[in-house]
Amino acid sequence: MDFPSTQFVSSQTMATYEPIHQIGMWGENFKSISNPNISASVIVDVVNKLENESETTSHEMLASSSKHDQEASKPFDKIQRRLAQNREAARKSRLRKKAYVQQLENSRLKLIQLEQELERSRQQGLYVGGGLDTGHLGISGAVNSGIAAFELGYERWMEERNKQICELRSALNAQISDIELRILVESGMSHYFELFRMKSSVAKADVFYVMSGKWKTSAERFFSWIGGFRPSELLKVLVPQIDPLTDQQILDVCNLKQSCQQAEDALSQGMEKLRETVSATLASDQMGQGIYVPQVAMAMEKLEALVRFVNQADHLRQQTLQQMSYILTTRQAARGLLALGEYIQRLQALSTLWANHPRKPA
Amino acid sequence: MDKVVRLVSERGVVLFSKSTCCLCYAVKILFQELGVTPTVHEIDQDPEGRELERALMRLGCKAPVPAVFIGGKLVGSTNEVMSLHLSGGLIPLLKPYQALC
Repeated sequence: MDFPSTQFVSSQTMATYEPIHQIGMWGENFKSISNPNISASVIVDVVNKLENESETTSHEMLASSSKHDQEASKPFDKIQRRLAQNREAARKSRLRKKAYVQQLENSRLKLIQLEQELERSRQQGLYVGGGLDTGHLGISGAVNSGIAAFELGYERWMEERNKQICELRSALNAQISDIELRILVESGMSHYFELFRMKSSVAKADVFYVMSGKWKTSAERFFSWIGGFRPSELLKVLVPQIDPLTDQQILDVCNLKQSCQQAEDALSQGMEKLRETVSATLASDQMGQGIYVPQVAMAMEKLEALVRFVNQADHLRQQTLQQMSYILTTRQAARGLLALGEYIQRLQALSTLWANHPRKPA
Repeated sequence: MDKVVRLVSERGVVLFSKSTCCLCYAVKILFQELGVTPTVHEIDQDPEGRELERALMRLGCKAPVPAVFIGGKLVGSTNEVMSLHLSGGLIPLLKPYQALC
């Protein structure tokens, strides 16, 4: 924002009364902004008060200087008076600047409120042309394209995953070598890690989208925990499918189950704390005043932590898969990946069946 | 940096946190479950908080908090603590500091 800078006029170049020019500039700025909230008359009152004050000060200074020896101190006198007037003008200018900035701040808050109302009416279907509309501030446009990219990527990811499941199934039945099986396991693992990367990317654009699990089927969403599957749930599904385990493996899996559960609990409680914090922030201060912008702004800051939580949950999922791959043999890992893939396919089938099953009459 | 070094060499398990950080709260809960009471420094309540933040970032933490030190050595942030725990490496490090119950 460019403000006319406060000029301290040097005593040498002082021919015109420059401070008046500055006062004029601030006045023009006020005229160009149509803000119903701050009445122009209030501003004019402030201005008049300031001008009266500075005139009084100048008079006082003139009066005191006339007491001195007139002849010897005349030029010194003039300089002193001019400096005093400059100081006054600068002071007035600063006060005007303050009032101007205050006015801008209020306008900004009003704008935020209006945007929120607009968003609300939009969501209620009153605004035509939502969805991939890039016109609205440009921000939702970027978010929508991030989500669209993710959904496209996820479709491809699912196709690839289904292909991998078929390959694993036939590979295990065909009794291929461990080396070849290892390649399939590795690509299966990195395929999951790829999903976590995609999720991290879209979480930056819209963390609520990731939390909602909108890209997944309804049954999958039912089991959702911080934007994905529960790591402990994963272990519960996998372990029975990879029998027999050696004693060492049983011990390792048991330890992994326990540490996984502990980490999960810690994150769950952290999430609960986050909900409490956001809720408390929104409810702070008086309700029923119609003014809620500061509380919402504060809650926004707190909500930033949600992205970290989603990333942390994905990190936990990744680590769980990673640790299992270290504990298990290649063949066991292949069976585990197959079991996991098929479990999700069953969840998806459940979702489809449920969506299509005849409803009982109410 | 000196203050960080001094603070971490004092006790076994040290956690740098912010009172408003919910991820730090999650780490505190995890330590609680493991029977460890870390020395917690809430850097948002420390007058030298900014300095501490900068020092922690310089040590390689992407986010200044939570930052966990055990036995004077930096373990890392939430990522590192979770990875270490899942791999079974956290409990052995904590053993000397676990409460005897």
